[in-house]
Amino acid sequence: MIDWSGYIGLILQGALVTMELTVLGSALALIMAFAAGLGRLSRFAVVRTLATVYIEFFRGTSIFVQLFWVYFVLPFAGLTLTPMQAGVLALGLNVGAYGAEVVRGAVRAVGREQREACVALNLSRYQRMRHVILPQALPLMLPTFGNNAIELLKGTAVVSLISLTDMTFQAQVVRAQTGNTLIPFATILVLYFVMASAISAGMRWLERRATRGLDGVRA
Amino acid sequence: MPSPIIRIDNITKTYGPLTVLDGLSMDVMPGEKLALIGPSGSGKTTILRILMTLETINGGHIEIDGQQLYHMPKAGSLVAADEKHLQKMREKIGMVFQHFNLFPHKCVLDNITLAPMLTKGTARATAEKRAMELLDMVGMTDKARSMPAQLSGGQKQRVAIARALALSPKIMLFDEVTSALDPELVEEVLNVMRRLAAETDMTMLLVTHEMGFAHDFADRVLFFDKGRIVEEGKPESIFKNPRQERTQTFLRKIIAAGHRV
Repeated sequence: MIDWSGYIGLILQGALVTMELTVLGSALALIMAFAAGLGRLSRFAVVRTLATVYIEFFRGTSIFVQLFWVYFVLPFAGLTLTPMQAGVLALGLNVGAYGAEVVRGAVRAVGREQREACVALNLSRYQRMRHVILPQALPLMLPTFGNNAIELLKGTAVVSLISLTDMTFQAQVVRAQTGNTLIPFATILVLYFVMASAISAGMRWLERRATRGLDGVRA
Repeated sequence: MPSPIIRIDNITKTYGPLTVLDGLSMDVMPGEKLALIGPSGSGKTTILRILMTLETINGGHIEIDGQQLYHMPKAGSLVAADEKHLQKMREKIGMVFQHFNLFPHKCVLDNITLAPMLTKGTARATAEKRAMELLDMVGMTDKARSMPAQLSGGQKQRVAIARALALSPKIMLFDEVTSALDPELVEEVLNVMRRLAAETDMTMLLVTHEMGFAHDFADRVLFFDKGRIVEEGKPESIFKNPRQERTQTFLRKIIAAGHRV
């Protein structure tokens, strides 16, 4: 008879690593999404090009390959990262590229009439974005941001490939040591689902907050 | 004789192969109330949008209150205006739009106070006091904390007028401000504008299809067609005795469509 408590503890330690990756990766993804999304709408061609190249590159290549580059190839360029840093960087840059298109789409969805009202009221470009466009664009971004965060959570499993001891990695360790597949993988199945549900709930709460007072304006 | 507050000199505006304004020149005197009428696509709305810097011009010059709008002096010659110059010029001009363009995420009061606080650095308390005075003028004090989505079209447009007035512009542009309203709501907006015309010395340019209102409101009526001024004059002469055939045809059609003169 196997004593499961130690093994489950191992998986829970992995769950903490997964959560850390998800939170830090999402934070980086959010920063990149706004930087590149707004960059694509810039007046300056150089900024637009840089943003486009970033987005197309990270959407067009696999997260798996990106992770290997960040972890195994960057050291040749003199930049050695810990597995956690490499994981956060690859996940954040990858998901940020998807988020950038969400930011761009939402900002463009705020109508021309709102921009014209801003010009007529003599707001500066920054003030237009900060006080009028973004507050209306944000509620449009949130549902897709929620999707992206859940994708990122599930994407964290690939970091086990660079020996980061996340939840999936630990489940494989437990499976190798006990010969039992069902219990460790059923456990992480439930844990992934609980984490994804927590993200969904959090996003719904944010959405309610962001759309407060906008009732009747958009669904 | 005071000098014109708006001086439009030979401007052209094209969209690709389409010429919207064709060498247009006109002057507006300070305090003058002007009605711009004419068929759709005649260029009358484009003039307001150009004055508000929502469009650029392809040629010509515009002078507002003695200063070039789209040009600025630099090293002895005139160069294209930069954003800073445009911002300085926009202070003189306010605009009310056909579709109100209120900010849906801000309550009525915040819609009005936003621009004074951001562009003029007005303190919130001062800006709100002024906003309440303006809301009183348009009869909307009880809706100060309502969201735009809770208002009728007429109420929205009255808030939009108050919002534009909060920056104390010298020139106000009204672009078909009653065209998007249900017929029974038109009068409440026109009443506000009548008061405004009677109580202030602002220069007002009005693009409208409300011929009856244009007749009562304007000191001068300009009839536009195909990017040119076909005929201009006092409301009585334009509406009662139009000289040009184009004007006569247009007015006949408008009356046939049920608009009062």
